[in-house]
Amino acid sequence: MKNDTQFPQWEVFIQTKNGGPFEHQGSLHAADKKMALQNARDLYTRRNEGRSIWVVPTECIAATTADDAADFFDPANDKIYRTPNFYKMPQGTKNL
Amino acid sequence: MKTKDALYNYCLRLADSNMIHGQRLAEWCSRGPFLEEDIALSNMSLDMIGQAEMLYEYASTQSEAEHSADDLAFRRSEREYFNCLLVEQENGDFAQTMMKVFLYSAFAKQLYESLLNSNNETLSGFAAKAIKEVKYHLRHSSEWLIRFGNGTDESKRRVQQAVTNLWRFTQDMFEMNDADAALVDNGISFTTEALSAKWQLNVNEIFTAANINIPETNNTITGGYNGIHTEHLGVMLCEMQYLQRAYPDAKW
Repeated sequence: MKNDTQFPQWEVFIQTKNGGPFEHQGSLHAADKKMALQNARDLYTRRNEGRSIWVVPTECIAATTADDAADFFDPANDKIYRTPNFYKMPQGTKNL
Repeated sequence: MKTKDALYNYCLRLADSNMIHGQRLAEWCSRGPFLEEDIALSNMSLDMIGQAEMLYEYASTQSEAEHSADDLAFRRSEREYFNCLLVEQENGDFAQTMMKVFLYSAFAKQLYESLLNSNNETLSGFAAKAIKEVKYHLRHSSEWLIRFGNGTDESKRRVQQAVTNLWRFTQDMFEMNDADAALVDNGISFTTEALSAKWQLNVNEIFTAANINIPETNNTITGGYNGIHTEHLGVMLCEMQYLQRAYPDAKW
């Protein structure tokens, strides 16, 4: 962002229990890693949500754009063999 | 001084310091240098007010007269407040506020570590809970001091000015009076000599990393624990206590 006069932007990922996935929570501004972790603690773990925090500079994340969507995702639409539609389920199986 | 009176006085002292520190930090709300720090300052403010509330609740059970925790916070005048002088000083710029948070939280950390060994279970329980909060405040403010001291000419100048403004109020945190004498004898609290030495080590460590010089001055101002304050406390209390003074027992 050209008009953003604040510190660089970071993305925050929080793990809510040991062994669980780190899920994206949002972003923040910070001058460096230490400050990013402290700010993440203050912004995203106020209600005891976290066990562990990752912070990643936003510019280090490679992301697809809206323009990529057609090339990246649409080809999957007509390949129904990629989804498990043709298996016979054993009778009585639950929770699938 | 009777132990119960001393305990009442001592709890008020701790509660008042935390309350006034929290109130000062709350003045930053919506005025922080940037969004993330604004929230951090408000978090720290709420931590301190929470610590004050616990101690006011306990103090209210030690008083001969009937006082609620709210009465203690909002219906005592300046001379009945026993906070240390450092926390009532004006916020100044952000560097001065961070210097104040650093000097006070370094003290509170040492104090609470000693109170873990108090034979008063309420105080030791309080210390165990509160120490986690002040350790974070200490870490947060230390990082800022090191950043200022290694930053631009302006940030170096401001952080040095901050310590020049505040240093004369630091000795006041370690003062002792009659209340301490009664409590130390009973193993409830401890003398502040050891605290002072550990605090000084902590300050030296961070100031070295931040290239901050301790001012060479013999100017020491004390009196907070005896209710003798600087000109700033009365102004603060006017604002803080306005609602309870204008509309006693107001509810919503």
